[in-house]
Amino acid sequence: MSERQVIKRAKYKSSIKDPGTPGVLTMKRERFVFMPSDPRSLMKLNVEFRFIIGHKFSKEAPNKKALLNLTQDKGESYIFEFDSFPDRDACRDFVAMAIAPPANAGKASSDKPSVPPSSEQLSTAEMDRRIKLLQVDSELQKLHKEFVMGGVLTEAEFWATRKKSLDEKISSKSKQRVGLKSDMIFNVKPSSDGQSNRVKYSLTPEIIHQIFAEKPAVRRAYLNLVPKKMTETDFWMKYWRAEYLHSTKNIVAAAAEAAEDEELAVFLKQDDILASEARRKIRRVDPTLDMEADEGDDYTHLPDHGLSRDVSKDLTDSQYDLYKRSFLQDLNRHAAVVLEGRSVDVELGDTRSVAEALTRLKEVESANEASNTHVEQGRSDLISRMAELEDLQGPRDHPVAPLSIKDPRDYFDSQQANAIKTLGESQSGSKHKKSILNAHEAYGSLRKSISEIKDLGLTDPIIKSEVAMKVFSELTLRISNTKYHHGKDPHESILDGLPNATKEEILHQWTSIQELLKHFWSSYPITTTYLHIKVNKVKDAMSKIYQKLQVLFGPIEIKSSVRQDFRHPVSLLVQPMTQALDAAFAHYEVDFQKRSTKSVERPNGFV
Amino acid sequence: MTPVSRKLYTDDVSLLVVLIDTNPYFWSTNNSGLPYSKFLSHLVAFLNSILLLNQLNQVVGIATGVNSCGYIYDSSLAPPNKRAETLLQKLEEFVIKDEELSAEDSVDGIKSSLLSGSLSMALCYIQRVLRSGSLHPQPRILCLHGSPDGPGQYVAVMNSIFSAQRSMLPIDSCVIGAQHSAFLQQASHITGGIYSKPQQLDGLFQYLSTLFATDLHSRSFIQLHKSVGVDFRASCFCHKSTIDMGYICSVCLSIFCKPHKKCSTCGSTFGQPQATVSPTNLKRKAPDS
Repeated sequence: MSERQVIKRAKYKSSIKDPGTPGVLTMKRERFVFMPSDPRSLMKLNVEFRFIIGHKFSKEAPNKKALLNLTQDKGESYIFEFDSFPDRDACRDFVAMAIAPPANAGKASSDKPSVPPSSEQLSTAEMDRRIKLLQVDSELQKLHKEFVMGGVLTEAEFWATRKKSLDEKISSKSKQRVGLKSDMIFNVKPSSDGQSNRVKYSLTPEIIHQIFAEKPAVRRAYLNLVPKKMTETDFWMKYWRAEYLHSTKNIVAAAAEAAEDEELAVFLKQDDILASEARRKIRRVDPTLDMEADEGDDYTHLPDHGLSRDVSKDLTDSQYDLYKRSFLQDLNRHAAVVLEGRSVDVELGDTRSVAEALTRLKEVESANEASNTHVEQGRSDLISRMAELEDLQGPRDHPVAPLSIKDPRDYFDSQQANAIKTLGESQSGSKHKKSILNAHEAYGSLRKSISEIKDLGLTDPIIKSEVAMKVFSELTLRISNTKYHHGKDPHESILDGLPNATKEEILHQWTSIQELLKHFWSSYPITTTYLHIKVNKVKDAMSKIYQKLQVLFGPIEIKSSVRQDFRHPVSLLVQPMTQALDAAFAHYEVDFQKRSTKSVERPNGFV
Repeated sequence: MTPVSRKLYTDDVSLLVVLIDTNPYFWSTNNSGLPYSKFLSHLVAFLNSILLLNQLNQVVGIATGVNSCGYIYDSSLAPPNKRAETLLQKLEEFVIKDEELSAEDSVDGIKSSLLSGSLSMALCYIQRVLRSGSLHPQPRILCLHGSPDGPGQYVAVMNSIFSAQRSMLPIDSCVIGAQHSAFLQQASHITGGIYSKPQQLDGLFQYLSTLFATDLHSRSFIQLHKSVGVDFRASCFCHKSTIDMGYICSVCLSIFCKPHKKCSTCGSTFGQPQATVSPTNLKRKAPDS
C-alpha cells in the first residue's frame, strides 16, 4: 500500500436525500474516521475496515455528486459526498485496497488458501498464480497447509521446487503463432460516397503486410522510393490509384497513365519478381519426379494462366498485354502466400521494417539455393542412377556379408548343461541317499510292489479321514490366500483393493514424506546456519510422521484394525516409506557425529 | 481319410491321459515318501472315480519307464469289471519288457524316466481320438512324476509342450519326488494346467480328486489353486549359469553375464559402455519403492 492514510473534505450523509454534515474524512489502513466541522455535531464516525464489506460509488458525470457508499456487514451504510471526483476516486481506491487483503484473510478458513506474509517482494501476479494453483490442487493445498503453516518450511522453499508448474500456467497462451488471414483484405472495394467523386481506401498494418508478402515488386518499389523520392502517403496514393485503374478494367486508360507516370507504371505492370521466382521453382523440380516440368510450366504469373483466349473478343493491341491482370492470378498468389504461413515475426507497425524483413527473407532463401552446389551434384547423381535401364547393365556382384548361423545344438546343449546344474543344486540335499543300484534289484522291487497290490487290493478306506481333512484345508487355504493373486492381473492395483480411508491415508503420508525428504536431502551438505536450522526443522517433522506411521500402520495396529486380507499389501506399501525415513535419519546421525567431532577438534589447533 | 463330421461338444466329458512314472530306481530309493504299492492304490482309486463322474469319460494310462514307454490301459477297450486287474497286469508286463531293454547292470544315481516319450505318445493318442471320434472328448494330460528331469530331453519336452499348447491341451502335473521339476512347471504354466507338489503324500488321493478331477469346462468357474511362481530364469551363454540380471545382444537376444566386445552367437560388435557418473554431490531424492 503506497499511502498510509487519506484525508479529504467530505460530507457525511446518512441517506442519499440527507444534505449531509460537512467534515473531514480520514482514512487510515485499519479504519476511517469522520470528524464533522461543527464540534457540537454528534456525527462522529470511527469504523474499522474490517466491518466494511463493499463500496459503491456514483458515476462520473458533470452534474452528479461524487458519492462513495461504504456498506457494512449488517446492512448499514455510510455515504460520503466529496467536493470533486478526484477526491472521491482517491478515497475509493484507498477503500478498495483496505478492504481487499482482510477479505482474503477472512475467507482463508473456509475455501481460499492464504499466503502468509513473507519478507520477499512478490508481485501480485505471482501471488495470484500461487493462490490459483493451491485452489486447483487440493493435495498441494494440504501439503502447503501442513508444512508452511506449521512452520516447517518457508514459503520460498515450498515454491522453489514448483517453479515449473507456476510458469506453465502463464506461458500456455503465447505459444501459438497467428496465421495469415485467408481473405484478401486489400482487395476490398473502396467505400465511396455516392455524391462526391471521392473513393476511400483503408490501410492497416495487416493490409500492408499482405501487400508486401504478395506483391514483391511493390515491396521493391517501396524500398527504393520511400523516403528518398516520395513520402509514404504519396506512395500509397499512387498504389491505390493503380488499383482503381485496374478495377475499372480500363486497360487503355491504364496504359496511358503508365506512360505518363513512371512510378505508377510499376504498379500497373506485371510483377516481374514473381515471374523470376516461378521460373526458378520450375528449374528446381527434380526431373526424376516430373520429367515434364520445364519452361512451359511457367504460367502462374501470367494472366489467364497462359490459356489462349478467344482473341476476337479482345480488341486491344498486344502492347497492352503488359497491363492486363486477372483476378485469378491475384487469388492464386494470395493462396500461395497464405499457405506458406507467416514467415516474418516482425511488429506490423513499421512499414519499412516489414518490407525490409520480407526482402531479407527472400534474399536469404535465394542465397541458400545459389550456394548449394552439393544439391546440384546430388541431383545429377540421382538422375544418372535413375536413368539406368537395369536389363541393359552387366551383372553386378552385390557386396554381401556371409551368413553365419551357429549350430543350434550349441544353444540346446547349453540349456541342458544348465538344467543339469540346477538339478545338481537341488539334488545336493538328497545326495546322501544316493546308492549304487543294481538294475535287477530295482526292477525286482518294483515288480514286487505291483504284485503285492494285486493281491491285497485296495485298502479300505483309501485314506484316513484326518489326513484327507488336512490336505483339503491346506488346499483351500492356498486358493483363498490373496498372496497368490497379487501381481497376476495387470489391470488391478493393490491400492485400489484397499478401503478408501486407508488408501487416502497412505497416499497422503507418502506425498508428505516425499516433500520432506526432498528438502532434507537438498540441504546437505550443510554449509550455513540457515541450512542447519532447516534440516533440524525438517527432521523433527519427519520423526513426527514416522511416529504417526508406526501408530497407524505399525505391526500391532495392522493386525487389529486392517482386515486380514490387507495386512500384507499395506505392510508392503508402508515398508519403503519407513525405509526411506530410516535412511534419512541414519544420514543425519552420521553427519551430526561428524560435525560434533569436528567442532571438538577445532579448539585444539585453531581459534 | 474320414470325412470331417460335425462334432458333438458335451460339457463335462473328459479324456484323461495319465502318465505314470515307472522308474524303478526312483521308486526303490524313495524311502521317506510313498511306497509304490500305496501310490498305485491311490492312483487306481482316483481313476475309478474319474470313470464314475460321467459315463462318457475315458481314461488312458501310459507308463513312463527308463528305457521305453508303453500304453498300459485304455478304458474304452478294457472290460468294465476288471479295470484294476487289467491295468496292473499290463503294468507288470511293461516293467518286465523295460528291464529287458536296460543295457547296464548298475547305475549311478537315479536315472531319469522318459517323460518326453510318454508326452509324445499321449499327444499322438489324443490327436487320433480327436480326428476319428464323433464326440469331442475334452482331452487333458495328467503327469504323475517323481524322478528328476533329464537334461537331454529338454528340447523334446519343450517341443511337446508347445504342441500341446497349440492343441489347447492342459498338462497337469503332480510331482511326488523330493524336488520341483522345472520341465513340468513350465509345461503347466505354458499350457494352462495345474502344477502341484503335494506335501502330504499319504493323502495323495485327496490331492488328486480335489485338484485334478475337474474337467475342462468346469475349470472356467472353479477356482483351482495357482502356483506361486515358475522358475524362468535364463542362463548365460558363456558360463551356462543362471543369472537374474545380464546383458543382451540386441540382434539375436543372446544373454551374457558380463559385457563383451562381440556377441558370440551372431558376431555383431557392441558399442562401448558409457563411463558411469560418480555421485559427487549429495543431492539425491529418497529411494522410491
